[in-house]
Amino acid sequence: MKIKYQHRQSAHCENGVTAGLVSHYGIDLTEAMAFGIGAGLFFGYIPFIRLNHLPLTTFRVVTGAIFKKVTKELGVKIYSRNFRDQQQAMQVLDETIAKGTPVGLQTGAWWLPYFPDAYRFHFNMHNLVVFGKEGDNYLISDPIFPEPVICASDDLRKARFAKGALAPKGKMYCLSEVPEQVDMAKAVKNGVRAVTKGMLKYPLPIIGISGIRFLARRLVKWPKKLGEENALLHLGQLIRMQEEIGTGGAGFRFIYAAFLQEAAPHLEDDRFLAFSERMTAIGDRWREFAVRAARNCKGRADAEDSYPAMAKILMDCADREEKLYQDLSEAVE
Amino acid sequence: MPYCNKNRGSSLTNDNYIPKTNTMRKDEVPQDEGIAEGLKEVTYAVDDDGSYSLVPSAGWEPKNISNYQAWDIIAEQIDSTRQQVQNGKLSPLAYHMARNLMDLPLLAQYMGMMRWRVRRHFKPKVFNRLKPEILEKYARLLKVTIDQLKDITLVEDLKIPGHESK
Repeated sequence: MKIKYQHRQSAHCENGVTAGLVSHYGIDLTEAMAFGIGAGLFFGYIPFIRLNHLPLTTFRVVTGAIFKKVTKELGVKIYSRNFRDQQQAMQVLDETIAKGTPVGLQTGAWWLPYFPDAYRFHFNMHNLVVFGKEGDNYLISDPIFPEPVICASDDLRKARFAKGALAPKGKMYCLSEVPEQVDMAKAVKNGVRAVTKGMLKYPLPIIGISGIRFLARRLVKWPKKLGEENALLHLGQLIRMQEEIGTGGAGFRFIYAAFLQEAAPHLEDDRFLAFSERMTAIGDRWREFAVRAARNCKGRADAEDSYPAMAKILMDCADREEKLYQDLSEAVE
Repeated sequence: MPYCNKNRGSSLTNDNYIPKTNTMRKDEVPQDEGIAEGLKEVTYAVDDDGSYSLVPSAGWEPKNISNYQAWDIIAEQIDSTRQQVQNGKLSPLAYHMARNLMDLPLLAQYMGMMRWRVRRHFKPKVFNRLKPEILEKYARLLKVTIDQLKDITLVEDLKIPGHESK
């Protein structure tokens, strides 16, 4: 049994799954558009949540939010559920794909045998689409891989019931009702509005633009406060969060720039092309930060790569992003 | 710096490496092989007329460096656990946990046991008296045989990305 599902590689798994599922039902949507309408862009430096004993920095909204927002904005009805019983979870999956419906799953990465070793972590926020079953193997469109993959049913079951932080609990989701006409311009505007609000007005100093500035102020103090070695570990973690597989580079800034560019014709507003260029330039700054941080990790830092110099780049990113979000927010009034 | 192998990587070991400010032009998408081990991922880049397109990338040096850094720490933890097991301070279970990149809360959750109970199994004396059913359950979760579970010399070393075969 195999559903005719168009596999497309994307930078990020949730964008890819969202864009793929929606496109399957005839609403053509790219990954960048899914990310933009889903208001995926975000920033948070959350020192009290630790990953491997290092503070969490996030460049995107919480997992699941993009899919939810995109389907809501486009007026698509979704069916989504978690499971307690593992056998039942697999049975409902089988029944659903037998009806010809491609199914999105949240899984852990650890149990997926087709993952390369270097990426097999106990990471539970992975998303993929099941579009068929042959014998005991599932046919899977995993957005971060160039081609569709297969996965034995036992491995997939384990992945769906991975344990640990943010356990997927067998979560599956699919589209149940898709409108014939969608108002793309309105969806785009709402997506932009949500991002500017999150980045400019979130009432916590560790979130959005103020979060970037907060991180910059903290970063200057790392070597003294944590010691050289630990400071380097903090830097390394920051680069991983920013550049790790899925972000499309520069903590999603490039994907968002691609979205702004694509948004221009939908809104019939050429200003968005200029916004896109500004976002690309901001992304380049973030990349420059990553290069300097990596040189520190490598023991290759020179005067230009000092902690204050790196913090200055972050401050510059914050300033430029602040202006950009203000202009964006005006443009979608 | 113990966590950073300076002999690894390419462009950043070059003293002339200067960050480009327009890194994300289509013909300049970095192709620094490393952590991705051949898997090409999608990145977003602009071409000559300024429009965005999806370009496969083999990797990027700063990302390779930061990922190798994380793996170096994992390798160190596994090594030190192995030594403690060999010195009889910890049971083989502790090694298997480290080798599977797990921590105590995660292992306990997978086993459906209280943490203190799993922690007790890290004592060699307690581990040696464990019932076959419990050993069986550990072995299945950690994907090893019972013999391997009891004797870590029978287990293949975890391949650490960036560490050439030891």
